[in-house]
Amino acid sequence: MSIDIDTARRVAKLARIRVEEDALPALAEEFNAVLGFIEQLSEVDVEGVEPMTSVTPMRLKRRQDGVTDGNMQEKILSNAPDAREGFFAVPKVVE
Amino acid sequence: MSDLNKLTLSEARDGLRKGDYTSVELTEACLTAIEGAGALNAFVHNTPEIAFEQAKAADARIAAGDAPAMCGLPIGIKDLFATKGVPTQAASAILEGFKPEYESTITTKLFDAGSVMLGKLNMDEFAMGSSNETSTYGNAVSPWRRGNEDTALTPGGSSGGSAAAVSADLCLAATGTDTGGSIRQPAAFTGIVGIKPTYGRCSRWGVVAFASSLDQAGPMTKSVRDAAIMLETMCGHDMKDSTSADLPVPNFEALLTGDIKGKKIGIPKEYRLDNMPEEIAKLWDEGAEKLKAAGAEIVEISLPHTKYALPTYYVIAPAEASSNLARYDGVRYGHRATLAEGEGINEMYEKTRAEGFGHEVQRRVMVGTYVLSAGFYDAYYNKARKVRTLIKKDFEDVFAAGVDAILTPATPSPAFGLGEVSEADPIQMYLNDVFTVTVNLAGLPGISVPAGLSSTGLPMGLQLIGKPWEEGDLLNIAHSLEAASGFVSKPEKWW
Repeated sequence: MSIDIDTARRVAKLARIRVEEDALPALAEEFNAVLGFIEQLSEVDVEGVEPMTSVTPMRLKRRQDGVTDGNMQEKILSNAPDAREGFFAVPKVVE
Repeated sequence: MSDLNKLTLSEARDGLRKGDYTSVELTEACLTAIEGAGALNAFVHNTPEIAFEQAKAADARIAAGDAPAMCGLPIGIKDLFATKGVPTQAASAILEGFKPEYESTITTKLFDAGSVMLGKLNMDEFAMGSSNETSTYGNAVSPWRRGNEDTALTPGGSSGGSAAAVSADLCLAATGTDTGGSIRQPAAFTGIVGIKPTYGRCSRWGVVAFASSLDQAGPMTKSVRDAAIMLETMCGHDMKDSTSADLPVPNFEALLTGDIKGKKIGIPKEYRLDNMPEEIAKLWDEGAEKLKAAGAEIVEISLPHTKYALPTYYVIAPAEASSNLARYDGVRYGHRATLAEGEGINEMYEKTRAEGFGHEVQRRVMVGTYVLSAGFYDAYYNKARKVRTLIKKDFEDVFAAGVDAILTPATPSPAFGLGEVSEADPIQMYLNDVFTVTVNLAGLPGISVPAGLSSTGLPMGLQLIGKPWEEGDLLNIAHSLEAASGFVSKPEKWW
């Protein structure tokens, strides 16, 4: 499996990271190095093996489905790059 | 009294209780040491006001006879832990200026026990790295040097600032986190002790997430006894982390009996790499001999899927990272890129993340995105999860056969020079974790113990791997190894 420049461009887009056109060939090469390394896994026989979902066999705790905190609008917005009138502000989303 | 910063946690605890000195004096000694150690770039945000306030409160508690083990002891906190009102950046430019409104569970536990926070410690960006070279703060530098050379060496990573600070006596101990070896490798590189507990022992709440199924926090200390003391304070069930184990936490220090007679120690043959340096192989053999002399039984074991651990890790960790790091989008906290006229929300995401994430983080997020993308999910991600099951089973089989702990080298080499492992060849850097990464994949506890010096005068460590939830037994075996190794070397001060 080899990654070409188009795939590298698509992956960068999916990851929402801007990569300039002239940086794509080097990026594709780095992906290929990492994927070549990962490729070793194809040697392993995993017939009938379950994919791991939890490394420690324990039942997840459950709690009451109730409100445990709230009323901290100011705290939540305190680190926002742009907060206005009690909301996170972002550039226009709807075309 | 001078040199209070050189004390271990246990020595300082005992001295405080006897009234030999105060927590304020200990704190002053550490802050002075930090001030003089700018060249190490270990502490990246100093918090002297908080430290003195906590130290005074601790002195009052000690005077009143209410002093838990960690009370009054000055420590450093890895920048990955959210600390209320104190910059928490995970060494990334994308979290520039972020000051959490909350405290992580682990720092809450440490502070409730009376610990004193000196500041935040350098690390690889989002804990992704093995040399502390991906940090937005610049490299942390090891206090150790090769013989008389002045080449700057790596303290290891990702907990490189923690390792440099503890090794150089800037603090009595530090917190670290370990996703593939990030506590144990830097501990080995700097001649200190570092333990990654069983997955689920320490709450991950308030610890900036890298790969959630692998991440665990743990202490980095000057001795195994100190690791036992600090780990006990850090452990415990937390409703805010759904993977936190609801199990009683033993008094780990009380389990350091020094008696390991009859313990069965496994030596995995697959860890004997073809190109292993002579001195690492020798250190390993001598470690086994020392445990044998202390009464343990040494047996050769096989962990057949060892070879596939790193490739498995480099699917699972980036996959989880790509998902966890999706939250850094310039909306709720941290950096937001300046937009040009007419640019919308997608440009904001893409530019923010391109500006905020460093190269290695971008690379891993994109590899993770790729292995999770339609058409490749089964071939890469599911495949890796199946191999992970097999890697864990290797350990289960060995423990079922009566092995109590496994002895391996901690790292494939002593510390290397900053810049010596090329940034362009990520695989070369990844190989640093060849002995440690299996432990994260299997969720087991692992500890690195300093065991000797290389021909160039650098520390080398051995790793012991224990059974799930048996940190007490593991620490006791590590304690014996430490005593038999008699490692007392300290870096000569040049900074």
